[in-house]
Amino acid sequence: MNDLGSDTFLRFDNVKKSYDQKSLVVKGFDMDVEDGEFITLLGPSGSGKTTVLMMLAGFESVTSGDIAIAGKSINRTAPNKRNIGMVFQNYALFPHMTVAENLAYPLTVRKTPKAQIKERVAEYLKLVELSDFGARRPGQLSGGQRQRVALARAMIFEPTLILMDEPLGALDKNLREQMQFEITRLHKQLGFTVIYVTHDQTEALSMSSRIAVFNDGVVQQCAPPAELYERPSNAFVADFIGENNFVPGKVITLEGTTAQVQTDGGTIVAQAVDGLAIGHACRVSIRPEKLFIPPTSHAHDNALTVRFNTRIYVGDFIRYYFKLPDGTDIIVKVLNDLSAPEFADDAEAQLLWLASDSIAFPAG
Amino acid sequence: MKRFPEYYTIWNIAGHYGLRIFALLVLIFLMLPILVIMPLSFNSEPFFTFTEGMLALDAEAYSLRWYQEVVDDDKWRLAIRNSFVVGIAAALIATVLGTLAAVGLASPWMPYKRFITALLLSPMIVPLIIIAAGMFFFYTRFNLVGTFAGLIIAHAALGVPFVIITVTATLSGFDRSLFVAGLSLGAGPFKVFWDVVIPLIRPGVISGGLFAFVTSFDEVVLVLFLAGPEQRTIPRQMFSGLREQINPTILAVATLLVVLSAALLFTLEALRRRSVRLSGSA
Ligand SMILES: Nc1ncnc2c1ncn2[C@@H]1O[C@H](COP(=O)(O)OP(=O)(O)OP(=O)(O)O)[C@@H](O)[C@H]1O
Ligand SMILES: [Mg+2]
Repeated sequence: MNDLGSDTFLRFDNVKKSYDQKSLVVKGFDMDVEDGEFITLLGPSGSGKTTVLMMLAGFESVTSGDIAIAGKSINRTAPNKRNIGMVFQNYALFPHMTVAENLAYPLTVRKTPKAQIKERVAEYLKLVELSDFGARRPGQLSGGQRQRVALARAMIFEPTLILMDEPLGALDKNLREQMQFEITRLHKQLGFTVIYVTHDQTEALSMSSRIAVFNDGVVQQCAPPAELYERPSNAFVADFIGENNFVPGKVITLEGTTAQVQTDGGTIVAQAVDGLAIGHACRVSIRPEKLFIPPTSHAHDNALTVRFNTRIYVGDFIRYYFKLPDGTDIIVKVLNDLSAPEFADDAEAQLLWLASDSIAFPAG
Repeated sequence: MKRFPEYYTIWNIAGHYGLRIFALLVLIFLMLPILVIMPLSFNSEPFFTFTEGMLALDAEAYSLRWYQEVVDDDKWRLAIRNSFVVGIAAALIATVLGTLAAVGLASPWMPYKRFITALLLSPMIVPLIIIAAGMFFFYTRFNLVGTFAGLIIAHAALGVPFVIITVTATLSGFDRSLFVAGLSLGAGPFKVFWDVVIPLIRPGVISGGLFAFVTSFDEVVLVLFLAGPEQRTIPRQMFSGLREQINPTILAVATLLVVLSAALLFTLEALRRRSVRLSGSA
């Protein structure tokens, strides 16, 4: 096995997973997690997020590579010996036990003295604001209450690491926001490390200290939310996180981190990422809220002529759909105030933006 | 007069009553032979027919003498004891083996699942007389014919399929993530099985065990082949009773069996409801 840095709290070292011994579902996953971080795995369905979590928890074997906690490989540790808390999407509360018995279970298993168990159960019930519900069965609780019990049960034996696989997937929007807040609070208060899986980017962006964007078994980028949103390192991340417009073109000059790009509608300037080469095709990304329709007081150094397609009223925003000369759709988000312009069908319009708000990625 | 929908024709109405009459006839066909022996078992005369006194509901014509006879007769007492000993032992063995088999068969990694299931359920399908003959020749080699051990093993084999079926049914509603959750909380696989799986499939285990018990309790073919005079069970004793001394003691025993079966049936139904309630609120 490799030499594992001993001060990293949790380290994935070139972890690979194949279910059928033919194709790799996880292809060389590397990640270092510091104590107390809130890491979110985000990615499309089937990209291997659950698989990574299951390998970490010990319910799936690692095909090759190493997972290490505090410098020690846990590949050969049985799941029940790993001391990792887990929260399941369907709660997985024991239906034949009361809420208090569910919470007491991990402590009973660890042969904690009775009096201490009672004390700790009361403490954690209070922590998740369910003090009066100890005697109920899980079947007599609402979805949000069950999820809070599941959370308390995963924390009560004080694991340093807690895994959550889409824990809020079954809840409605309001409850989900409330629970996001709750999880963030408990994470701050108790200081454990979280590896969190979700489909919901808003959830990922608002809760995490770092987000690992998965695609096709590979981490595309692992960075804090703001960095992921503002400086995506490739087109997949730019497209996957939030909304983005992509203008196709060809690189004509490259100077440091700035590129000039020839498009059908004229030459534009954008930030360049690694891997861009003069003369090659590229795609320039611009977020819908960074595009402006004149007249505007916003600074700009790029302009493109587009044709108006349609506009959709979504409440606080108005979404404009334009078309580039080559037919590419361009979306613009404009705050819904008196300045939001009206267009006739197929009317020509100008779109303006700052070069620093757009990024050129290699095409393909 | 019952009100029918306006669009009902005379034929619809005829069908409505016809169906009810037919259902009633089927019920009578099924129940009458069983119901008719109950009053006869209280006959004060040694006949299998209703006496004039009985038909006139004369208290003199009824008595408990045949029940008394069952209790007093050493042969019947032995048979009753044997039936319970063999039935309970066979049911316990069948319950343990059948539950383990069902759990194994429910695992996603179980190879040859269909084949093994068919094999384990075969005692339900293969004609009893063939099983009995096979067991007779096989058990002779191990000196198991004419022993309690032999009879108990044979009856356990008959009971296993019932346990497998009922436990498999409860397991199909079992959420595997509960098992995974148990492991993640630090309990070993056996502890999780005992603390989480067993309590949740308990209704299936118990009803399977009751079925296994009743199967053994009713069974006469295997007993005819495998049991010696020491192992006579109730059905076996009734069988010889029918041929040797014809009197209503058999009816008294039969009535007792019907009452016992009905009690077990009610227990099963209560368990089923309990399990529905538990899983419904899970
Ligand atoms: N037990 C298994 N046996 C075989 N293939 C599996 C198994 N579990 C998952 N896979 C495959 O591995 C790939 C990754 O699955 P995984 O469940 O990790 O995806 P995911 O990122 O969690 O997706 P989702 O967001 O839909 O939950 C998928 O293509 C899936 O079909
Ligand atoms: Mg998943």
